[in-house]
Amino acid sequence: MKAGSGSFFWNVDIAVSLTFFTILLLGLACIGFFMGRRRATVLADTQSAALHSRPVYHGWYVALACGLPAVVIWITALVVGDQLIESTMIASLPQDIRDASGPVLNRFLADAETLAGGGQPTIEITPELEAAARRFGNLRTLEHWIGFAGALGLGLIGFGLAYRRLSVALRARQPVERALMVVLLLAAALSILTTVGIVFSVLFESIRFFSQVPIFEFLFGLQWSPQIALRSDQVGSSGAFGAVPLFVGTLMVTFIAMLVAAPIGLMSAVYLAEYAHPRFRAGAKPMLEILAGVPTVVYGFFAALVVAPALRDAGASIGLSVASESAVAAGSVMGIMIIPFVSSLADDALAAVPNSLRDASLGLGATQQETITRVVLPAALPGIVAGLLLAVSRAIGETMIVVMAAGLAANLTANPLEAVTTVTVQIVTLLVGDQEFDSAKTLAAFALGLVLFIITLGLNVVALRVVQKYREKVD
Amino acid sequence: MADTTFAIHSGPAAQARLRKRYARERRFKLMCLAALGVAAIFLVVLIGSIVSRGWSGFLVTQMELTVTYSPEMVDASNPADGNFRMIVVEALQKEFPEATDHSSMRALLGLVSNGGFLAVRNAVVDDPSLVGQTVTMWVSAASDIDMLNKGYVDRTAPEELRRVDDQTMAWVDKLEADGRIRTGFNWDFFTTGDSREPELAGIGGAILGSFWMLLVTFLVSFPTGVAAAVYLEEFAPKRRWVDIIEVNINNLAAVPSIVFGLLGLAVFLNLMHLPRSAPLVGGLTLALMTLPTIIITTRAALKGVPPSIREAALGIGASPVQVVSHHVLPLALPRLLTGAIIGMAQALGETAPLLMIGMVAFIVDLPSGPLDAATALPVQIFLWADSPERGFVEKTSAAIMVLLGFLVVMNGIAVFLRQRFEVRW
Amino acid sequence: MVAVTEITASERDASHADAVTIPVDRLPELGGPVKMQTRDLKLWYSDKQALAGINLDVPERQVTAFIGPSGCGKTTFLKCLNRMNDTIEGVRIEGDVTLDGTDVYDRSVDPVQLRARVGMVFQKPNPFPKSIYDNVAYGPRIHGLATNRGDLDAIVESSLQRAGLWNEVKDRLGEMATGMSGGQQQRLCIARTIAVSPEVILMDEPCSALDPISTARVEELIDELRDNYTIVIVTHNLQQAARVSQLTAFFHLGRLIEVNDTAEVFQNPGESMTRDYITGRFG
Repeated sequence: MKAGSGSFFWNVDIAVSLTFFTILLLGLACIGFFMGRRRATVLADTQSAALHSRPVYHGWYVALACGLPAVVIWITALVVGDQLIESTMIASLPQDIRDASGPVLNRFLADAETLAGGGQPTIEITPELEAAARRFGNLRTLEHWIGFAGALGLGLIGFGLAYRRLSVALRARQPVERALMVVLLLAAALSILTTVGIVFSVLFESIRFFSQVPIFEFLFGLQWSPQIALRSDQVGSSGAFGAVPLFVGTLMVTFIAMLVAAPIGLMSAVYLAEYAHPRFRAGAKPMLEILAGVPTVVYGFFAALVVAPALRDAGASIGLSVASESAVAAGSVMGIMIIPFVSSLADDALAAVPNSLRDASLGLGATQQETITRVVLPAALPGIVAGLLLAVSRAIGETMIVVMAAGLAANLTANPLEAVTTVTVQIVTLLVGDQEFDSAKTLAAFALGLVLFIITLGLNVVALRVVQKYREKVD
Repeated sequence: MADTTFAIHSGPAAQARLRKRYARERRFKLMCLAALGVAAIFLVVLIGSIVSRGWSGFLVTQMELTVTYSPEMVDASNPADGNFRMIVVEALQKEFPEATDHSSMRALLGLVSNGGFLAVRNAVVDDPSLVGQTVTMWVSAASDIDMLNKGYVDRTAPEELRRVDDQTMAWVDKLEADGRIRTGFNWDFFTTGDSREPELAGIGGAILGSFWMLLVTFLVSFPTGVAAAVYLEEFAPKRRWVDIIEVNINNLAAVPSIVFGLLGLAVFLNLMHLPRSAPLVGGLTLALMTLPTIIITTRAALKGVPPSIREAALGIGASPVQVVSHHVLPLALPRLLTGAIIGMAQALGETAPLLMIGMVAFIVDLPSGPLDAATALPVQIFLWADSPERGFVEKTSAAIMVLLGFLVVMNGIAVFLRQRFEVRW
Repeated sequence: MVAVTEITASERDASHADAVTIPVDRLPELGGPVKMQTRDLKLWYSDKQALAGINLDVPERQVTAFIGPSGCGKTTFLKCLNRMNDTIEGVRIEGDVTLDGTDVYDRSVDPVQLRARVGMVFQKPNPFPKSIYDNVAYGPRIHGLATNRGDLDAIVESSLQRAGLWNEVKDRLGEMATGMSGGQQQRLCIARTIAVSPEVILMDEPCSALDPISTARVEELIDELRDNYTIVIVTHNLQQAARVSQLTAFFHLGRLIEVNDTAEVFQNPGESMTRDYITGRFG
């Protein structure tokens, strides 16, 4: 707990509160565990009877009985408390603020919270705001103390009940294992929750965006200049949100990347899978893995500082004007990044081709090249195509290389030597450094994110389907 | 029949065809090898261009000053408020007495880095008895001088196109000739935070930020990922929605990282009001991102434990939970850790989601916990790569080398674990 | 060419092997000309010796059967005849294998060309995942045996006819070969081999993956093919060897124990080990 700025009130810091609670919880659970385990051992000794469950389970039994209710009550207290605080705060505000529009009210509340936490509010510090902040701080403190007290109390009750139930015959293992199952299940469900979270977070903001900008205009408009909207008060009416130039730019960069990655990655995989001596393979594979392990920001730096100037100079020397943030620079470096991706997926696809087919072809007197191009590659084709689809999806979603090496201006052009911008670049530019979440400008980023998510998801689903089907067929 | 078949496969026409087929074979094989070669060349050029630009980023140019803390300039009772710029100018004027006019003095000031002034100040703050005395000390040079010393300034270019004018160059040459300029290892680079001055900027803050972030990522994603994998692999009934979880995990693994950034922004910042720019938020976001990787590798590790072990343990009366916790998990642990380290390495190199949640800020202070505003190593690289100053190019490359170093070490540990502890069945 | 230590090893093995493997002077008299011949053929997988100095003559336009327990080296020996062992890592071969008097392991002999003359049918039917037509046309195409579509059609048709498959598939040549039954697939593989016009066809347990009816069809086919091709067949099925072959060779632990007319081997085996194997006492 630290003093707030201006030091006229103090406030529970959520981190401090969380730390305290964790220590409290772990302490309770630990004591419960050890006491439960000891009692079980003692019981077994004194009654010289065999325990139904091993002492460890008795320990866990008690630990869970005092830990679980504590966690539940603490979280409930905070969630319910936050709601209560908000309604109390609103009720206690002066009439003029309460009657203000939603965003203004929310802004006022957020600033009161910031001020209470010792931060710098975005609006001028007025007596009303200070009063609200003080009230907020007090309520927060109360909320956390109630949470602590409730957690401690319930924990102790749980401890007492469970401890008294311990006996030689207690089937402690079953409830403990059931609780463990629930924990495991929740962990597995988190991935679902993540997907749902992604869908909802981009969908909600996108719907808000499409209420300001018609979806048709967004998908088919040829003009992209979101910056205008920021200057105008009438959001959405003057900014241009036609995303076609972004789609075209993304496709162009992706196309260039695949032009580099597909042949090099494929042929590397063919060499490694079909020709290379195992020792050569053992040396060459780590090389590709290093290429795959280089962070994208490094590729971005490489594209912006090495490849782009080199291409510009090379273009100038033969009389071509190459933009310093050309699509070809970003695309080719992205291609390099994707080579190991393509190569490893193609390698898997080639390895899945049964050797009996190679033998059949070689036994007919085919050369190795004929065997590869006429038998192995066609047989591996579904897997290879799926790999290429995944690579395309990866290229479309790649961010850092294009942010650093492609342009910001939304040119609708088919010339790879000019600067283009991409969906991911615009998401970054629209959101970085901007905390205004009501303007069409920031909402547009979520709409672009939705498009990105849908397209990559579609590609992935198709590719994974193909891979799976194909794997079943080969097995 | 025998004769005709003999002609088919051994006659001159067949020989000619065979030669052509073998030529095709050689061409094809060569092309495939060339593709690998091109990939290798890309790697060499990539690493080479970074090392060649970055190695000097670990070095710093210093100059020796003979500083006189005259009482007129520093008050011994309040040494922090001294006129240290003037002290430095006077120290330099001892070397270059001709520089007396206003613009020359300003040029002299330009030789020394802000860090240099700070060093002159700190010396007397630490030891106020220095007032009235003359000491010699090594202070870091300004970025332009650093660049000149490292050979990045084209001395033959016309003066107006150069960052360093003729006068300054002559001064530096004289200092150099007098042995008062040296190049040392830049330890501060690893311990200091970001700075607007390239010669003062360090990656200490970024490394700490990355550390706190990875700590959060690991603490969240490893237990959760292992738990999820154990459930799916060992306990899940083969029901429809388990399949859905599986498909979902595979798809999540291929969702672009920036979309996870949008998720982090919407959920952790806008919904839960966690602090912006905090490693906690970055760590949580990256945890969600690495979760599929960890689940997938853990499942592979669990699959690698032969069923006979499970049957043996079940056969002597262990419950399924005991089988997993006593036998399967310990046996799978090396591969599990390998997967976790590889997941962490991925998270360490990730940049895009962090841009979404505000970790892309100019932060000088070192973060002391996961709730302090911080940046991360790859984001620092991104920020510096955008800086126009020449001095930041080598810093960026040097930071990249450090990042790659961390990744090499992490992957090395993973490979070591895999080879050292892997049990073969 | 070989290191000193290897020579000692091979000498030791050879001296041991010669005592058991059939020496050249004890090979049976063949009725007709010799198509393929091996002399003192030895083979190692890395350090493990799999063949210990095999001497054998393969008669032209007859069926020679290799029998013997699993792992006795008969398939390894078969693969030496068209150098299919070349593709396996760590294989070392010594001795001579000749086709019409030419050493097939000579530097001047090209394995691709050799395999066109000595075709191979594998244990498991392995049609390419292509149409029936393309499977059969594969060999002629790569070897450039047909100059136009008409020639190719003719080769495909005659090969399928010789393999006794034409009537079953002539209306669905464009369908995937992988959709056929196992027996049809194996006959397709034989047709595919015939289409290259080989002189010798090596068959590695061609019926082991087939049902009895399909097996009977393939055995009939082998008998018909004998008129035009020299056939070597590896089989686990002693009845099959007795039914389709004229010459039978018995292998055991990398050695050729006995070779003779099939009737002679089955009715009056010269070695006690052969007798034990044939009567089912081991193997």
